[in-house]
Amino acid sequence: MTEHVHRYGYDVVVIGAGGAGLRAAIEARLAGKKTAVISKSLFGKAHTVMAEGGAAAAMGNVNSKDNWMVHFRDTMRGGKFLNNFRMAELHAREAPDRIWELETYGALFDRTKDGKISQRNFGGHEYPRLAHVGDRTGLELIRTLQQKIVSLQQADHEVYGDYDARLRVFDECTITELMLDRAGKPGEGGGRIAGAFGYNRESGEFLLFETPTVVLATGGVGKSYKVTSNSWEYTGDGHALALRAGATLINMEFLQFHPTGMVWPPSVKGILVTESVRGDGGVLRNTKGVRFMFDYVPDVFRTQYAETEAEADRWYTDPDNNRRPPELLPRDEVARAINAEVKAGRGTEAGGVYLDVSTRMKPEVITKRLPSMYHQFKELADVDITAQPMEVGPTCHYVMGGVEVDADTAATTVVRGLFAAGEVSGGMHGSNRLGGNSLSDLLVFGKRAGEYAAQYLDDLGGTAPEVARADVDAAVRTALTPLQHSGGENPYAVWHELQQVMQDLVGIIRRRQELEDSLKRLADLKERAANVTATGGRRYNPGWHLALDLRNMLVVSECTARAALEREESRGGHTREDFPKMDPTWRKVNLVCSLINGELKLTTQPLPRMRPELLALFDRTELAKYLTEEELADADAMVAGRGDT
Amino acid sequence: MSTLRHFKVWRGDEGGGQLEDFKVEVNEGEVVLDVIHRLQATQTPDLAVRWNCKAGKCGSCSMEINGVPQLGCMTRMSTFAPDETVSVTPLRAFPVIRDLVTDVSYNYEKARELPAFAPPEGLAPGQYRMRQVDVERSQEFRKCIECFLCQDTCHVLRDHEENKPVFAGPRFFIRAAELDMHPLDAKTDRKNYAHEEQGLGYCNITKCCTEVCPEHIKITDNAIIPMKERVVDNTYDPLVWLGRKIFRREGMAAQVSAPPPPGVGHPTPSRVASPPRLGVLALPADVVWHRPEPASQAAEVGADGKLPITEVTFDRAGAASPFGDSVAFPLPPDSLTYQHPTTED
Repeated sequence: MTEHVHRYGYDVVVIGAGGAGLRAAIEARLAGKKTAVISKSLFGKAHTVMAEGGAAAAMGNVNSKDNWMVHFRDTMRGGKFLNNFRMAELHAREAPDRIWELETYGALFDRTKDGKISQRNFGGHEYPRLAHVGDRTGLELIRTLQQKIVSLQQADHEVYGDYDARLRVFDECTITELMLDRAGKPGEGGGRIAGAFGYNRESGEFLLFETPTVVLATGGVGKSYKVTSNSWEYTGDGHALALRAGATLINMEFLQFHPTGMVWPPSVKGILVTESVRGDGGVLRNTKGVRFMFDYVPDVFRTQYAETEAEADRWYTDPDNNRRPPELLPRDEVARAINAEVKAGRGTEAGGVYLDVSTRMKPEVITKRLPSMYHQFKELADVDITAQPMEVGPTCHYVMGGVEVDADTAATTVVRGLFAAGEVSGGMHGSNRLGGNSLSDLLVFGKRAGEYAAQYLDDLGGTAPEVARADVDAAVRTALTPLQHSGGENPYAVWHELQQVMQDLVGIIRRRQELEDSLKRLADLKERAANVTATGGRRYNPGWHLALDLRNMLVVSECTARAALEREESRGGHTREDFPKMDPTWRKVNLVCSLINGELKLTTQPLPRMRPELLALFDRTELAKYLTEEELADADAMVAGRGDT
Repeated sequence: MSTLRHFKVWRGDEGGGQLEDFKVEVNEGEVVLDVIHRLQATQTPDLAVRWNCKAGKCGSCSMEINGVPQLGCMTRMSTFAPDETVSVTPLRAFPVIRDLVTDVSYNYEKARELPAFAPPEGLAPGQYRMRQVDVERSQEFRKCIECFLCQDTCHVLRDHEENKPVFAGPRFFIRAAELDMHPLDAKTDRKNYAHEEQGLGYCNITKCCTEVCPEHIKITDNAIIPMKERVVDNTYDPLVWLGRKIFRREGMAAQVSAPPPPGVGHPTPSRVASPPRLGVLALPADVVWHRPEPASQAAEVGADGKLPITEVTFDRAGAASPFGDSVAFPLPPDSLTYQHPTTED
């Protein structure tokens, strides 16, 4: 092979420079390990900056009744009991320390009157719990961690005369393949990390990191969807790297969608429109001008919702004597209705419906009630919501599923030396994530991943795994393929089609037939993706980068489609129109994806059983909603047994 | 509603390049970055551009649009005239890597040089107490998304590569100000650092940085000017200067205890020779009888052959000291040519 590959040796390589990645790197460096952070973008630009709400941690600053047990309970409820209970427990216990620690790095959160970190209310949290900085908490988090890394580098500079001596950030680099020690066979429980291979986006040069430990912190998968609030980096790289290295993914059917995100114009596509717009009088109309929600009131809600527009309109001013407008149905009902209208051909060209406040309220009322919405759309898209309707549809926001890891150590269960933290890991959030739990998840499990990666190294002793030359050559060949093809398709065309398939067929509301179709379409796309051509050279060539990312998006999309087809119930971020109810027998299992010889394999695996003292935190009536009769009897016995001792 | 628009996009690399013309479809409500993406998807898949969030929050898609440093994702097409040609070029203050992507590593180097937040001693995590009104001053600067548009537009850096080693730029002045105003930062010399190491003095407050800031941070008014004022207070205010010379403060020791500069000539006998009293035969050993005389301080003759005659042209504030401006008063007693009178009883 004539290709030059730059080689680097590190103790720990962290892939991803968002909240989880940076926190892991800090921990590994503090444990004395020589650490590299690989960032797909510039340092400090990660998708974490987009998080607005805050970081959930039961510090009890605003309401002293709050504690980790309440937070744990809220998290389990939010995830509809499908969470890995141990992860939820660790998260709730450790989040306050992780937030306080940020203050010692220089973070400046908003304060309470007595000078403590202020905490705000958020959906699903029993007490005010989210530490925040206005609506830019994610930016504060990333900047704080970034600056902590710089301070560690300054300390190294003092000692070694080199900022990069013990902790280096490789910005604008992408990892395309994990390297395994040939001593163990991937996929058979024997894999062991030996390195990571990738390229520098700016120069196009290849990089090989020889390292016994890799921490995946690559975030989510949203870029496989046409409408998403996620940034371009979210191509499921970590998910795909883990799969190809022999690790497993769980819960891939669970994606968080928001029913009303902007779908048009493109400059605001994916931006979420808060649900309070509907509470304040916003109505949904299809392209025929019909206020269609009246046709979608399920029987169980029939008596509580208005049947005529006149009655619905009266509710806003006189809620005591009128029934609620159907726009205020639970969000999955709204999502289902929008979905049905679009599929019946009554949606807009961009795949949405109209959400209108302009004909309902006076401009001055709108600007007063929805100031940030008004300014956001005015500034970003020149859309005046006081004068025209918004075009909204389901938006992909977060993936609950991810790499299967041990709760305490963040280590993957199959590949030794491989760790995962943050959105790329699975289990913590169960079937649905509470707002604010993402930022604290990054910190808690980022730290754990760094800590246990360091410990793994200490236990490894002198037997450093080795990268096989043939694997590097193969990785180089794979990476160069799109550049060497000629006459193939433009990668952007394949990508746009993938986004359309996922949005339409594996979106917010799923059906058997559509999921089956999607699998066929994905198989086609996989073939086409193998033959795309990237024109131009290797220096900062986005076409080439996309061609390589496509491979990851496709395999992860297939996981989601396969798992969604398999899980015949509706729970959290997975809604099956043909199985609209939650089914306790499905709660007992996770769906696990693995890649065996290039073929995706789906298996079921029982959930870990919650410890009795944790079970005892819940009312029996609440448990009865989630558990099977049999489990409930077990739980009763366990809780009773605990009472005796 | 879509129209065909004329775009000029700079393409090339560090070896050179040129503006290329494109006819491209533009839809209602789009921003410049949307159009760049359409070019990638339809005409030039390898057109290099940095971007991330496309919502004005990450500061990646900084570029110059019709010569103005802006974020591509925040520049609406509707702000141009319907038939206006839109030119998109890379940031001028930084070396080009390819097309619209520039090498902004200068900024990360400057970030590394600036001393990090120093946590206060004796406060455990969770014990930090700050008032909202106090954190808000620093929070304004922490809104910074590091788009580096301020650095790009700053005339000290733009077209002045030679200033980069000594000038950190507006982005890092607000970082210094942020830490300076942080209620619990244990380091106390942030302003002096900005002045001495970051080149704060180069800034002549034209406010260009404030104008381009997408986060509307008042860089000049709230960070640079307050720091400049306090640096001036510390360094040049004659009263502060005098006060510091007279009332030596802790932490100023280094300056004060510096040895007096080597002088020229010898003390004049008349001043030294308060004649020893008769009967006192030995001179006390601790009196320095040959204290070097300080160099007289004279302004340098300028290139025009003239002496600076006002404070404006002179390199120091206030009139020149006849004792030389590096002599601090009061002088340390052990360096004085003076013998304390003693009486014999």
